[in-house]
Amino acid sequence: MKQITKDLLREVSEWTGEFAGAYNLREDGQCAGRQSTENIAIESKADGPGLVIRVRPGTKGETVSIPALVTQGGLDDLVYNDFFIGEGAEITIVAGCGVHTEDGGAARHNGIHRFFLEKDSHVRYLEKHVGTGHGHGLRSIDPVTEIVLGENAVLEMDTSQLGGVDRSTRRTSAVAGPGARLLVRERILTEGEQQARTDFDVQLDGEGSGADIISRSVARGHSRQQYRSRIIGNARCTGHSECDAIIGEQGVVDAAPALTANSGDAALIHEAAIGKIAGEQLLKLRTLGLTEEEAEARIVAGFLK
Amino acid sequence: MLRLENLTWSAPGGGPVLRGVDLEVPDGKLTVITGPNGGGKTTIAKLVAGLETPDSGRILLDGEDITPLDVTSRARKGVSYAFQQPVRFKGLTVRDLLELAGGGQLDEDTLCAILSRVGLCAREYISREVDATLSGGEIKRIEIATVLARKSRLWIFDEPEAGIDLWSFQNLIQVFQELRKDLEGAVVVISHQERILSIADELVVISGGRVQDQGPGEKLLPGLLSGQGACAACPGKEDAI
Repeated sequence: MKQITKDLLREVSEWTGEFAGAYNLREDGQCAGRQSTENIAIESKADGPGLVIRVRPGTKGETVSIPALVTQGGLDDLVYNDFFIGEGAEITIVAGCGVHTEDGGAARHNGIHRFFLEKDSHVRYLEKHVGTGHGHGLRSIDPVTEIVLGENAVLEMDTSQLGGVDRSTRRTSAVAGPGARLLVRERILTEGEQQARTDFDVQLDGEGSGADIISRSVARGHSRQQYRSRIIGNARCTGHSECDAIIGEQGVVDAAPALTANSGDAALIHEAAIGKIAGEQLLKLRTLGLTEEEAEARIVAGFLK
Repeated sequence: MLRLENLTWSAPGGGPVLRGVDLEVPDGKLTVITGPNGGGKTTIAKLVAGLETPDSGRILLDGEDITPLDVTSRARKGVSYAFQQPVRFKGLTVRDLLELAGGGQLDEDTLCAILSRVGLCAREYISREVDATLSGGEIKRIEIATVLARKSRLWIFDEPEAGIDLWSFQNLIQVFQELRKDLEGAVVVISHQERILSIADELVVISGGRVQDQGPGEKLLPGLLSGQGACAACPGKEDAI
């Protein structure tokens, strides 16, 4: 395994020299290793690049890792992965992505992930994106996540992109059935000339369904970020989205949340805040002995934790 | 010892707030600064901590002129300041703040000891974020705890009773009494509260931007409480908190 592959794997997945449980390692558009388990079957798609991952009903406590790495410029990787989560299964999916370029060539990964959760299943979905290398080529990651939640199914999505990615368009859509819940925690940091766009579209169709989307972002340098979310309540449901952004230097954040209640019993809330680090926060940490720079770094690190 | 020499300060775009404050704060004692609202008490605290810069005058700590030093440098010299209105942070936990205050990792026993001094259970609070989910009373107690976690030469508490419920008020009095026991520096408390005034070794009355009176607590307090002192605006009684 190349050193850059190891470095990226450590960054984006919980890899410590080996994977715990089922895995598929995608490197520069090729499969570089795969392991299924008794309960989690990973197979190649018949009709294109990507995987079909089937988790048996009732599977508990297992992890499946599907990191995708682009380790050089001049590569535009596109992959379609479908997850079928059986009834009552409770698993963790680690889907990190790293792009690296040392030359003028662009490195791009575009992962289209579809999740089909059966009744009462529960998925923790961890998605960490990084860009590395000194090349001038653009590092891009454009994930698409489509989620279908069956009755009482829960998907907790923890997604972060904390630097190094020049361009990113992240699209997440979900349809929630009765009693189903979608919980999203997103953190994005952009610097320099980087641009990131994130887009959520959630349909709360089932009685008692719910969504909670919390996005925190920091835009520094001349970077730009765009946040869009739309929660549509079509039944008795609860929806909450929160978009908090810290801007520094010439960073730009554009947030436009939307809520649509098509049912009289839909309860939808959105909170949004954009601003610099509050001066009083810096002062408080300085009274504890931190310099202004240390205070700022600590506040940003905590905010994006 | 903290010494203030002829400190003046005007609010940006406003009139003078401090009109020449001369004050000595002795070591080993609890000094309570009181006086009517708008008289300049909080301004003095902010000038000493470095949050504001005086228009003229000097601030001396153990004989060293600290007037030119910034907030960080003063904090590193052992000046600790508990804000009247505590600051909230999204993403920083109670543990994070206490460890930043303490200068490194703190074990559970130490965290528990610090938080119990302000009437909070460490188990319930160390992982809580210091954000809008905390009540006014909770965040005020955490603010005081961050100052107690620091190794300090000079402690300044700006209206510590504000927002604190009656049950924790007794704890607060104990905090100051314990601080005074083995004091290797000075404690300054800005307060209107009669119970806090009553435990002061030294009382200072600030009014109209000047020191109106200063002396031992037992000597000045009776006059203040009878309403004949310079502190006519003091609400005095506990039911005012």
